[in-house]
Amino acid sequence: MKIQDDRRFHPASAPDYVPVLQLRNLQLERLRRIVRRAFDRVELFRRRMEERGLVPEDLRNLEDLAKLPFSGKSDLRDTYPFGLFASPMEEVVRLHASSGTTGKPTVVAYTESDLKVWTEVMVRSLAACGLHRGDVVQNAYGYGLFTGGLGAHYGAEALGATVIPISGGNTERQIMVMQDFGVTAICCTPSYFLHLVERGRELGANFSRLRAGIFGAEPWSEAMRRRIEADAGVKAYDIYGLSEIVGPGVGIECFAQSGLHIFEDHFYPEVVDPATGEVLPDGAEGELVLTTLSKDAMPMIRYRTRDVTALIPEPCPCGRSVRRIRRISRRSDDMFIIRGVNVFPSQVETALLAVEGTLPHYQIVLTRQRGLDEVEVRVEVTPEVFSDEVRALEVLKRKLEQSLEHTLGIRALVTLVGPRTLQRSEGKAKRVLDERQI
Amino acid sequence: MKLRQLSLFLENRPGQLKLPCQVLGQAGIDILSLSLADTQQFGILRLIVKDEDRARRALEQAGCVVKVTEVLALEVADRAGGLAEVLEAFERSGLSVEYIYPLSAGHRGKTAVLAFRVEDPDRAVKLLAENGVRVLSREEAFAAMGA
Repeated sequence: MKIQDDRRFHPASAPDYVPVLQLRNLQLERLRRIVRRAFDRVELFRRRMEERGLVPEDLRNLEDLAKLPFSGKSDLRDTYPFGLFASPMEEVVRLHASSGTTGKPTVVAYTESDLKVWTEVMVRSLAACGLHRGDVVQNAYGYGLFTGGLGAHYGAEALGATVIPISGGNTERQIMVMQDFGVTAICCTPSYFLHLVERGRELGANFSRLRAGIFGAEPWSEAMRRRIEADAGVKAYDIYGLSEIVGPGVGIECFAQSGLHIFEDHFYPEVVDPATGEVLPDGAEGELVLTTLSKDAMPMIRYRTRDVTALIPEPCPCGRSVRRIRRISRRSDDMFIIRGVNVFPSQVETALLAVEGTLPHYQIVLTRQRGLDEVEVRVEVTPEVFSDEVRALEVLKRKLEQSLEHTLGIRALVTLVGPRTLQRSEGKAKRVLDERQI
Repeated sequence: MKLRQLSLFLENRPGQLKLPCQVLGQAGIDILSLSLADTQQFGILRLIVKDEDRARRALEQAGCVVKVTEVLALEVADRAGGLAEVLEAFERSGLSVEYIYPLSAGHRGKTAVLAFRVEDPDRAVKLLAENGVRVLSREEAFAAMGA
């Protein structure tokens, strides 16, 4: 019965099944238009292309995309706040932002038409997970500058489902609502869902109507999926997205749960060697690079996601023609995602530097306690900050914690450790120790 | 008039206390007195030794974070109410005590010697003298500890 439900066809999903040749033609047409738009309206893209002696007309086929320069997170930072916008503010109807590397967020913009595309891909995402009119969707992604909340909200609404815009936090209220409102599907981070399930069990809650979870905004593993599905009796789907491209809805798993379909009529995927930038053949593991094919307010050309994956060459049993990527296994940089928030070690450095004046040796340790991600920053005590008095050291610890919370936007625990106790390695320091069992 | 005390940062886990003690042992430096302040997360080891500079160098070479702070050695009558009398002098002087630990007991039969940490040791020496409490000299303090 559940499989039947999952296979129910939603009209919005039609582009998922377009014949490949037709899809490639559409992609090329859209790619030419968006590169033209970026070239004409965004100084950074024009300059980069001109430096290589390229004009938009050089794009004769999809393979020519590989000639274009990459873009990355630092481009958003360098042009903060609006430098990559290709639409005048009169046409921009929404801004979102995500944490950046230097304390300033990275800002993204949407025109009305961009929001329509976003809603469309979210409808297709939820439909791929078997959701439809009549489902009661608890949206526990944070509402606000973070794209997760509003992205899932408008998608589920447009699908015709009943949306509960509960946002994140307040676990006991979440559990009450889930039970009392007969929630059938939930959107949140996988770690938060495990926390909900654990707490729900302690409270003797009954989630028997819940049948699907759409989980994203942080990395999670197959083992974690098995645990979620066994513990909660739901099907757990992995959703992928990033604000620089659109937000959630760049890709999603279908009922086969075997890789994430990328909605490549809007987001063109390439996988490249992270070191050389060379495009890799399907099946090879590398860094995912995405080009937005229809985003007007802020086109991104060959955006380096830093997410490591591979394009799956085989067709999916679900019949969709849009290609799949393997679940994201890791990142090609030091960034980590905690409770849906992007954190860079450089931000931690900024926070420590602000308190101590010089940068102490430190290590970031990520743990998962009772299903919730925690950040611990171990800081080596230096002669400069060491005090003979317990009180002074406790004040130091508190100041460091406040500075971290201020810079990262999430709470972090500081542990003062002895000098030379943190592991030093050749070359790049092992700054992040991920002890989460995911 | 003042003693130079060595303070060390210790993590709160097994084996942490042994290292500095071993280092001093190998350097042939005798620990005359010590106190250990601990919190849930970390500890501070405070040491009184005779050769502070050599001890400090040895500890720092072994990777310890060492801070030198000054403490006052005071003689306290070894009987009920003895410490209270000295603390009364602190109160009259408007001085607050950060911490106290013993340096020796039964000195000269009738007195104990304690280390007092105050915010401004030089000012404290003067004020205490005005209130009838004498701070022991470095030599007197070492003598009390049998060194």
